[in-house]
Amino acid sequence: MTPETVTFYALALVTVGSAAVCVMARSLIYSAFSLLFTFVGVAGFYLLLGADFLAATQFLVYVGGILVLLLFGVMLTHKLYDLDLKSGFSQFGPGLVAAGAIFALLLAMAVKTPWKVAGGRLPAPTTAELGQQFLGTYLLPFEVASVLLLVALMGATLIVRRRKDA
Amino acid sequence: MIGLQHYLIVSAALFALGLLGVLTRRNAVNVLMGLELILNSANLNLVAFTRYGSGNFGGQVFAVFVIVVAAAEVAVALALVLTMYRLRRTPNLDAAASLRG
Repeated sequence: MTPETVTFYALALVTVGSAAVCVMARSLIYSAFSLLFTFVGVAGFYLLLGADFLAATQFLVYVGGILVLLLFGVMLTHKLYDLDLKSGFSQFGPGLVAAGAIFALLLAMAVKTPWKVAGGRLPAPTTAELGQQFLGTYLLPFEVASVLLLVALMGATLIVRRRKDA
Repeated sequence: MIGLQHYLIVSAALFALGLLGVLTRRNAVNVLMGLELILNSANLNLVAFTRYGSGNFGGQVFAVFVIVVAAAEVAVALALVLTMYRLRRTPNLDAAASLRG
């Protein structure tokens, strides 16, 4: 057992286990906090794969941004005096069958396909190369992404605003 | 020795769990959490292919774009959920069936 193997299996246990808790928990607060561990586990996978910049981005955007936003969503869509914050399931059987079928399909694909595994990239600092790619090859998608963020910002504000006439 | 397939299997498990959440949860915020799980599994695949593939860097660049789109998506989706809550006084998606034909 190399350290890489041990780290991988520990991260896999944390990530998949807390994702299962997130999906199955009846309490919304439990769901949100186990999602935190899933995000941190995925960030650990990025580190293990040598994507240092992406791991930091995952931490900042998902843990610091998206998760807090989801918690705001939980708090704002419940009356503050019912503190149990329960949420039920609907059509659990068919959903379980569909998700299980997809999982079996993906598992068979991952195991059976003869992937062209090359030497690949060895772990090395990626930030400089990412910056060059963003301002070189991927300049147009980069600019479009910034416009998308602006549109989403304005759109979210506009949708959630209370109208005086309504 | 950890290879590409290990990461693909973890990502498949994350995807299936996220799909289960999207399909079966009643609460809209729970459905959004499932969506985030699905996006994370796709990102994990992209980064794993960058690491074990032919040395092409595009996977990591694409993963950053996925994170950007996920952030935008969750902001707009929460705005929609809040608006729905204001109209129907419930976060359950069953209440949003008034457009059903």
